[in-house]
Amino acid sequence: MTAIPTQSAASKNRPRNIFAPEFMRPAVRAAFTKLDPRSTIRNPVMFVVELGAFLTLYIAVANIVTGKAFGYELTIALLLLLTNVFANFAEGLAEARGKAQAASLRAARVGTLARKQGGTQVSSDKLVRGDRVIVETGEFIPGDGEIVEGIATVDESAITGESAPVIREAGTDHSGVTGGTKVLSDRIVVEITSQPGESFLDRMIALVEGASRQKTPNEIALSILLTALTLVFVFVVATLPALSSFVGATVSVTTLVALLVCLIPTTIGGLLPAIGIAGMDRALQANVIAKSGKAVEVAGDVDILLLDKTGTITIGNRQATRFAPLSGVNERDLIHAAALSSLSDPTPEGKSIVALARSLGVTPEAPVNPEFIEFTAQTRMSGVDFDAAGGRVSIRKGASDRIARFVTELGGKTGSELQTLTDEIARAGGTPLTVMQVDRSEARVLGVVALSDIVKPGMTERFAQLRRMGLRTVMITGDNPLTAEAIAKLAGVDGFLAEATPEDKLQMIRDEQAAGKLVAMMGDGTNDAPALAQADVGLAMNSGTQAAKEAGNMVDLDSDPTKLIEVVEIGKQLLITRGSLTTFSIANDVAKYFAILPALFISVFPALSVLNVMRLHSANSAILSAVIFNALVIPALIPLALRGVKYTPGSADSLLARNLLIYGLGGIVLPFVGIKAIDLLLSVLHLS
Amino acid sequence: MTIFLTYATVLLLAWPLGLYIARFMRGEGTFSDVLNPVERSFYRLLGVRFNADGSAQGMTWQGYAKALLFSNLFVGLIALLIFAFQGTLPLNPDKVANMPWWLSLNTAASFITNTNWQNYSGQSQLSYLSQMVGITALQVMTPAAGMAVMFALLRGLMGGQAGRDGQPQAGNLGNYWVDVTRLSTRLLVPVAFVVALLLTWQGVPSTFSSAKTANLVEAQTITVDKEATTVSTQTIPVGPVAALVAIKQIGTNGGGWYGPNSATPLENPTPLSNLIQCISIILIPVALIFALGAFLRRPRFGVMIMGIMSVMSAALTFAAVMAERASNPALAGLAAAGGNLEGKEVRFGSDATALWAALTTGTSNGSVNGMHDSFSALGGVTAQISMFLNDIYGGVGVGFINMFVFVVLTVFIAGLMVGRTPELFGRKIEVREMKIASIVILLQPLLILGLTAFSLATPSLTANLNPGFHGLSEVLYAFNSMYANNGSAFAGLGTGSSVWYNVAGACELILARYLPIIGPLAIAGLLSVKKVSPETSGTLRVDTPVFATTLLTVMLLLQLLNFAPALVLGGVSEHLVGSVKPVTTPAATRPAQTRPTPPQLVLNGASK
Repeated sequence: MTAIPTQSAASKNRPRNIFAPEFMRPAVRAAFTKLDPRSTIRNPVMFVVELGAFLTLYIAVANIVTGKAFGYELTIALLLLLTNVFANFAEGLAEARGKAQAASLRAARVGTLARKQGGTQVSSDKLVRGDRVIVETGEFIPGDGEIVEGIATVDESAITGESAPVIREAGTDHSGVTGGTKVLSDRIVVEITSQPGESFLDRMIALVEGASRQKTPNEIALSILLTALTLVFVFVVATLPALSSFVGATVSVTTLVALLVCLIPTTIGGLLPAIGIAGMDRALQANVIAKSGKAVEVAGDVDILLLDKTGTITIGNRQATRFAPLSGVNERDLIHAAALSSLSDPTPEGKSIVALARSLGVTPEAPVNPEFIEFTAQTRMSGVDFDAAGGRVSIRKGASDRIARFVTELGGKTGSELQTLTDEIARAGGTPLTVMQVDRSEARVLGVVALSDIVKPGMTERFAQLRRMGLRTVMITGDNPLTAEAIAKLAGVDGFLAEATPEDKLQMIRDEQAAGKLVAMMGDGTNDAPALAQADVGLAMNSGTQAAKEAGNMVDLDSDPTKLIEVVEIGKQLLITRGSLTTFSIANDVAKYFAILPALFISVFPALSVLNVMRLHSANSAILSAVIFNALVIPALIPLALRGVKYTPGSADSLLARNLLIYGLGGIVLPFVGIKAIDLLLSVLHLS
Repeated sequence: MTIFLTYATVLLLAWPLGLYIARFMRGEGTFSDVLNPVERSFYRLLGVRFNADGSAQGMTWQGYAKALLFSNLFVGLIALLIFAFQGTLPLNPDKVANMPWWLSLNTAASFITNTNWQNYSGQSQLSYLSQMVGITALQVMTPAAGMAVMFALLRGLMGGQAGRDGQPQAGNLGNYWVDVTRLSTRLLVPVAFVVALLLTWQGVPSTFSSAKTANLVEAQTITVDKEATTVSTQTIPVGPVAALVAIKQIGTNGGGWYGPNSATPLENPTPLSNLIQCISIILIPVALIFALGAFLRRPRFGVMIMGIMSVMSAALTFAAVMAERASNPALAGLAAAGGNLEGKEVRFGSDATALWAALTTGTSNGSVNGMHDSFSALGGVTAQISMFLNDIYGGVGVGFINMFVFVVLTVFIAGLMVGRTPELFGRKIEVREMKIASIVILLQPLLILGLTAFSLATPSLTANLNPGFHGLSEVLYAFNSMYANNGSAFAGLGTGSSVWYNVAGACELILARYLPIIGPLAIAGLLSVKKVSPETSGTLRVDTPVFATTLLTVMLLLQLLNFAPALVLGGVSEHLVGSVKPVTTPAATRPAQTRPTPPQLVLNGASK
């Protein structure tokens, strides 16, 4: 059994306030330490702002020394520095949040003692790959590893937030354990699979920290565009003095720097690193550890989701939904027999038969001298023998072909009606379970119990939503094609792979990729590893084997099969946030031009005041207002950058229209309002 | 009325023409297949290599770019040598002198780049050989080259030229020589022939005889340097004018036979000839956009591009017409108040001249039927905006190529907003494509603003008669026009005899022609070898009104904002402030007389 899907885990790890004090302190420190030009140069847009700040600061200082007026120059210099500080703060805040999240996950494992096989005790942080440790009831597992011996129930609430224990067993697809989780029963031997400081969590922490963070390909491409736009405006501003002095107007260097900083895309430039880190943070909040930022980005591009039927699309176990007697058989006899044979059947299917019978008003009494026959792989039947009025009665239920053979062996007859009935049930997505009875040496088939997969509530709508987003869903199942097709239709998935072997999955992924599609899948078993590695997004369950976890590019701590859908949404949200803030940033330029351009020349050519559409108070206050707006918009957008732009699944057309309206049109209009407001405030306070 | 007639005729003619172009460029059978033998002899001459199956060997984007560059360099050099030594070469009945090296360089660069910026006056400074080989031949070749690259680019977007099996061959963008030949023989030459006949019918000269001399009805007395001379005869230069005018219009060339271009009665004698020329300016540019949708087999995409271009064209034509209908502020209060007729042919009036200006600047054509320098300040601004955008139908072929860079940028930004890494027609736009697109968008402000600023800041180079806002506009217009490979000019700027303007202009012309062509070609080449992801409802669609609006906005923001300060200091201030001197620092306004006054300014200044 896989870990129980946890809806609560994600919300539990999600900090409510992005400006929580524990994040503020490191973020504020980063805001200033990152002013170091060696750090800023990684971000060309902000580097230009910093150069501008230093240049105006130099002018201000020179003016102080020579006794000239310096207030305006100093104000601009400080505002530009503040712009840099805000941008650094955004990045620092995103890093602090990611670190705090990862650290809280890691906290549990620090300082536990590990008993190595052979008896020596070592500290858990000294364990190296290949060490085997013994963990017994009540003890913490000291590191990430794989059970090589034994079976245990494990409390993984420390990492998943889910209190229900899960079963982990050696030699199965659920042999993986995580450091910091607690063994609730039994004794296991765990082989440690990660070196100290190299666990997935360690890698994730490194990814959200500045040092080892690499820009993703899309981030690089966007940075190139932003750098080009910055250079364009450097040309524009650098040529302005020559143009303006030809017509008899002079513009001060400080004002030119202010104009430059307002025109270059500082908003997106300042927030770009934070957006990338926040994408990883959000994955972590969903209890998904991404092994690279690229993995999250690619998730947004996925075209096809391969989803396991059991646990993802349907509720884990099949349920009895219908009793279908053969003609000439009383329905109640069939129900009675089926219920009797299932009375001590421990499987969920058996229990569901009894439950269904009860709901239909049939409550069998306990049989006399019962002998319950358990299901085995050899007999492929289960049932019960008991004493009745006419002697010993046997009831068996099992796969149709097996039961039919059994009846024939005992001299009974089976007609074509059984075949028709079982086919009909299979076509409707059920699994037929045939029930037979031997009474007074007469063997006969009573009828069929239909076991059906129950599609999880809400999944059909979810798949429809995914389809609107342009994603195709493919159901992977071990069922026969007939059943698989029926369930696929019922759940509303776009395709299915029936009687799927790991090789089939791998082949399917390759075929889809050859057609240019990007494929995401989730898996846990060792035999899933090749497919996980082949898929563009391979999400391994934390409960899975080490091989699976190594092969995938993300690990889901909750081992929740529906997580794949969430991951795709996180990827899309990351890209949308990037695009929307870029649009916003560029759109802002219109208003800034209307604020600054008239201000530059209004003293020389008063007629140009027609262009001062915002009716700004004075030239100086216009320029200051634009610079202040430009600086303030960065912290104002930090929550948006960190939380991500609101993502409502829909078609590309509707998403584009919506985001353009908000961030494009909004980006044009908002600064007009903002700059005017700041200007009013400045003039009321007599600051300019 | 003329305006609607022009647009309606163009749309009516361009649609079937576009479909025809798409067919023969795809290699499908058309009636023009009768030209096959002629073309085959051209291919043999050009040494085109063929595959075993009879198709011409395809080229990668690098190969295609090399063929373009080398062929252009080769003919460019020949043209340069002809200009420099035309005095001693044959076909020179009027004994025209050699051109100085810098003027030869500028003229060769200008004509090889389909710009036709004219720092000379054709009728007095070019021999017939120069006109025919250096000018007319290049006027056929260069538009064909521009169109060829457009089709190579489109093939890249489709994943490469289709092979015999109909499947695209990744990386194969077609054969440059075959494309250029077919576009010349099947499109440019036949259409030019028809237009030339129509113009000859309207009275445009079409002869090889030397200049005519006519007796004036009334002798005039002209005073030059206080010396009065009586003039009783007039020399009327003629030649094979109609052919040149035809190709100058349909190939978005713009270089006329006479200095004042289509404003002279000899190049543009009647209202009908004016209408014919107006139509021919945008006929092929519009037809190519129809061809684009058909060629890509994405008619909706073609319609989207056509829509954007038409909206811009209509808006700027409207703006130009309104600006020119407004009365000339210098005549305020006088009886002559009315539309601005200064520098315009009264024969055409302000509307037809404004329409022509909008069409010629949008298409990188550059021919004129009035003096843009004398447009009202805002009329001048609309012409400048058309050239900054440079893709309002655009130069033949290059119009879409110019817009393509912005399609890529818009796809990049809008693609992110739908939550996928950006892709165009299913092919991902990644780091390399963005690098190339970035270089292309950097070049325009770098060259135009850089050269304008340098010219203005160096009084010995500025060489214009007008100080202040209008002077600034003149220099800006010159470098803008050369960057746009347009060729129209504000007169009043002595570019003709200035070594600086000739040499800097030649460099700008060449950079601004080839980099913005080869960059997009490279992007298409890179895209053609990429995996195609299928289009789903989650993919950004590039043929919707929403995308069109985004693209238009991105183009306006990324191009016009760069030049907003220059336009504000030029035309906008001129309009708002007038010619009034700045209230402070009047000393900063350089007096005009300190600058060298170029000789023959009105005659052969860069008035085209």
